Amino acid sequence: MTLFNHSAKELQQLLHSKEVSAVELTDEAFRRIGKVDGDVKAFLALNEEQAKARAAELDNTPADQRGPLHGLPVGVKDNIVTEGLETTCASRMLGGFDPIYHATAAKKLDDAGLITVGKVNMDEFAMGGSTETSYYKKTANPWNLDYVPGGSSGGSAAAVAAGEVPFTLGTDTGGSIRQPAAYCGVVGMKPTYGRVSRYGLVAFASSLDQIGPITRTVEDNAFLLSAISGHDPFDSTSFDIDVPDFASALTGDIKGLKIGIASEYLGEGVGEASRNAVKDAIKVLESLGAEVEEVSLPHTKYALPAYYLLSSSEASSNLARFDGIRYGYRAEGIENLEDLYKQTRSEGFGDEVKTRIMLGTFALSSGFYDAYYKKAQKVRTLVRDDFTNAFEKYDVVIGPTSPTPAFKLGEQIDDPLTMYANDILTIPVNLAGVPAISVPCGFDNGLPLGLQIIGRHFDESTVYRVAHAFEQSTDFHKRMPEIREGLEQ
Amino acid sequence: MAVITKDQVKHVANLARLAITEEEAEHYTEKLASIIEFAEQLNEVDTSGVEPTTHPVPLVNVLREDKPSKGLDRDLMLKNVPEHEDGMVKVPSILG
Amino acid sequence: MNFETVIGLEVHVELKTDSKIFSPAPNHFGAGPNTNTHVIDLGYPGVLPVLNKRAVEFAMKAAMALNCEINQETKFDRKNYFYPDNPKAYQISQFDKPIGEHGWIEIEVEGKKKRIGITRLHLEEDAGKLNHTDKGYSLVDYNRQGTPLIEIVSEPDIRTPEEAYAYLEKLKSIVQYTGVSDVKMEEGSLRCDANISLRPYGQEEFGTKAELKNLNSFNFVRRGLEHEQKRQAEVLLAGGIIEQETRRFDESTGKTILMRVKEGSDDYRYFPEPDLTDLSIDDEWMERIRAEIPELPDARKERYVSELGLPAYDAMVLTLTKDMSDFFDATVQAGADAKLASNWLMGEVSAYMNTNQKELSDTGLTPNNLAGMIKLIEEGTISSKIAKKVFKELADNGGDAEKIVKEKGLVQISDEGELLKVVTEVLDNNQQSIDDFKEGKDRAVGFLVGQVMKATKGQANPPLVNKLINQEIRKR
Repeated sequence: MTLFNHSAKELQQLLHSKEVSAVELTDEAFRRIGKVDGDVKAFLALNEEQAKARAAELDNTPADQRGPLHGLPVGVKDNIVTEGLETTCASRMLGGFDPIYHATAAKKLDDAGLITVGKVNMDEFAMGGSTETSYYKKTANPWNLDYVPGGSSGGSAAAVAAGEVPFTLGTDTGGSIRQPAAYCGVVGMKPTYGRVSRYGLVAFASSLDQIGPITRTVEDNAFLLSAISGHDPFDSTSFDIDVPDFASALTGDIKGLKIGIASEYLGEGVGEASRNAVKDAIKVLESLGAEVEEVSLPHTKYALPAYYLLSSSEASSNLARFDGIRYGYRAEGIENLEDLYKQTRSEGFGDEVKTRIMLGTFALSSGFYDAYYKKAQKVRTLVRDDFTNAFEKYDVVIGPTSPTPAFKLGEQIDDPLTMYANDILTIPVNLAGVPAISVPCGFDNGLPLGLQIIGRHFDESTVYRVAHAFEQSTDFHKRMPEIREGLEQ
Repeated sequence: MAVITKDQVKHVANLARLAITEEEAEHYTEKLASIIEFAEQLNEVDTSGVEPTTHPVPLVNVLREDKPSKGLDRDLMLKNVPEHEDGMVKVPSILG
Repeated sequence: MNFETVIGLEVHVELKTDSKIFSPAPNHFGAGPNTNTHVIDLGYPGVLPVLNKRAVEFAMKAAMALNCEINQETKFDRKNYFYPDNPKAYQISQFDKPIGEHGWIEIEVEGKKKRIGITRLHLEEDAGKLNHTDKGYSLVDYNRQGTPLIEIVSEPDIRTPEEAYAYLEKLKSIVQYTGVSDVKMEEGSLRCDANISLRPYGQEEFGTKAELKNLNSFNFVRRGLEHEQKRQAEVLLAGGIIEQETRRFDESTGKTILMRVKEGSDDYRYFPEPDLTDLSIDDEWMERIRAEIPELPDARKERYVSELGLPAYDAMVLTLTKDMSDFFDATVQAGADAKLASNWLMGEVSAYMNTNQKELSDTGLTPNNLAGMIKLIEEGTISSKIAKKVFKELADNGGDAEKIVKEKGLVQISDEGELLKVVTEVLDNNQQSIDDFKEGKDRAVGFLVGQVMKATKGQANPPLVNKLINQEIRKR
């Protein structure tokens, strides 16, 4: 069956004309998962029984009460809390954790008539760039199973690329949606900080985290973002502003649009393949009538160290609640309270998580706060100002999503600085809180590359418009990994 | 001077309630030192007169009205609690 | 060598909002364990705090009443520490920008007035409650988690345990007047930690301080400080040194007991709370809250003396609680004489409340019916003896004094002709008393008056009865 080659819009028409049912779409998702997930290893928990029951219910919804995503299957990253469906953050710490409440984003998926078929793999507590720090399994890149899918939303990107589900939700703290989307040749959007509620997203770094959609096409992505966006009275940092119908921004017209190409994003540390792919992309955008000029984001280099200090500091506090008392893993054979804390946390967290907790604890500790944490907060201001200045002149800023395509499993896991450097082009965006998308823009040795398009605060519409115009003028999004071709017969 | 010593790592592990062995202390000292050394490049940036940023997109006075909802059902509240007694959550004593 | 004592007090006051500071769970005392919680209070993975507006306004109100300056640009911070009653392992509090700063209150000890500075007043969340068992484990109840709390820190201006006591009394009374808290120590809505150090007179530098915990009443604060003051002086005089330590007050022995020696300072790793937005309090908001603060006890006291002519003692007693003071004001407003109203409230009313363990609002009394009763006394409609009966009826069952007097036929008999008949009858039946009187025993008159009152069920106008007996006895 080639069902998942259809866009959401086409699937909705098929549902409408009763050529296909939500039950069939759900069955199809589980068939595909059953067929390829043994290799891809994108899913952690499956929600088969409930998903099928819900699909049957949704098939009875009158046509005039259906939204654009009604009856379609979706996968959810495992750091988004789902009531009654195990949520582990890919950590031993939350093995078997059965949430008693639903994340706002998960609720919005339900409200939009989407069917959550399961939870997808990630780096433990979203800390990592390859999904290798997951306690449970290592997800493979569908384009080449020896390669990483990227991370931390590696399961979300791989599941879409492999055609297991048409859409997933990921989360992005320093590039965790865009980088795996680029590595897996799919579309990933990190919305403006405050666009999507974080209530029910297990916090890594509160001032950076955002939930966003990963899809095969820009249009699907726009539909899914409209569905999950909006003000939430349970998230003080979610903005009370109108949610546009992002899909209506996809006019294909970018004539006269001013695009800045970030010179630092083509500089030191960025591989040739990524550079060339973006240069080709510039030609495409120019041919569509956009004006592309170089722009400098001078503090780009400092975003990475500032990010590691800030995100780890917040994480050290956010992850302190995992203590074996109210939920989650609890060490056994405990004598006293100190033991309970220390054994539970040492056994429950993996190496990378512990590294970051200690880094953050250090950066906040007495005597080091000003030199590390506060200094990083000031550098953050400068990184944000870089974007503010650029957006005075340009409608969007573009660059590669990552310096290189995906790397081999196991290749970088012992070298934190090399691993962290994969995020140098995505991290500044999180520090500034602006929206950015990654769309497929080329291949290097059979592995996909991503073009990153960054917009002004709350101007996802323009980002989508550019991404869509680019996508429609190229055919990278039409190419499929081999493992998926096998599914489409 | 080293940017972080093994003793500091042990102190930080204790603050974060992580038990680490001597071997792990060495591992983390090395790992953290390389990251902190890398972070030292922030000192190249002149930040005099720059305000620190906590929130990427500024927002003030987000408040809720003082309206209570019903408390969580206690059985549900205790659902994920590893050990409890008389409706309360059980923890070992400080001294044990 | 003589030492000067330096005392600082840290007072925590729970604010009586309907819901918690960061969650919509109900906020009230006395519910079954773990029944007033929300996933937010339990620190569930993924939850976020949203600030309760009324908690902010209550904190502002208390800060203003304590003469603090309001920080119009303020924020919240995380204080990180592990403890089972602290579910997120951080407490949301305020670090470098407390909502109120640089306040003061005036106390009076042995007739001397003194101003005690308030360093800061900040808003934070309360923790759960840890119940220790004797079986090697503890049990946590999270009901209290997330109750809005203000922490009020005094300047080291207090010099004696008496001053500490007066400071607490005053602080409690002011906060109670603002209506933001029940300030009941027995329910934990007001809690106090004290620190105390000694230094030789003339020395500028502070001595090493000890922190006192488990001070469950103002009296214990005073006694704990008295004991600690003595203990430290003894140690210092013996050439010893005071360690920086936490000590517990033992109620049964009246002594302080070492809990733990503090090693260095705790590292709470404060940083700005990213999950909450900053607070910006504009002038209009501030003035709106300021306007809601009622007249405070000192101002009322002053008014009672200068405008209503009450003795200073009456003014002090009447303003001890806002309930009483409000009641008094309303009674006077309803037309009662101020001194009579004061006498009744300090006397019969207080006695009634004590005997029956009732708050004013739980009695049948209202300012109107009390004022009505006082007017009946003033007009001579009822005697003060009858008034006590009317009062009991009002306090027990409420109602209107005049109606009760009419219905129960309690109106005072002031008709001379009517009373003369009774007096004549009493004299006729008590020849012995008349004889006694003639022999110069004045006491006999008292007995006869009593007989008349008895015969009239207390309704006779006593001065008139007196006059008639004196007049008639001489005729015999």
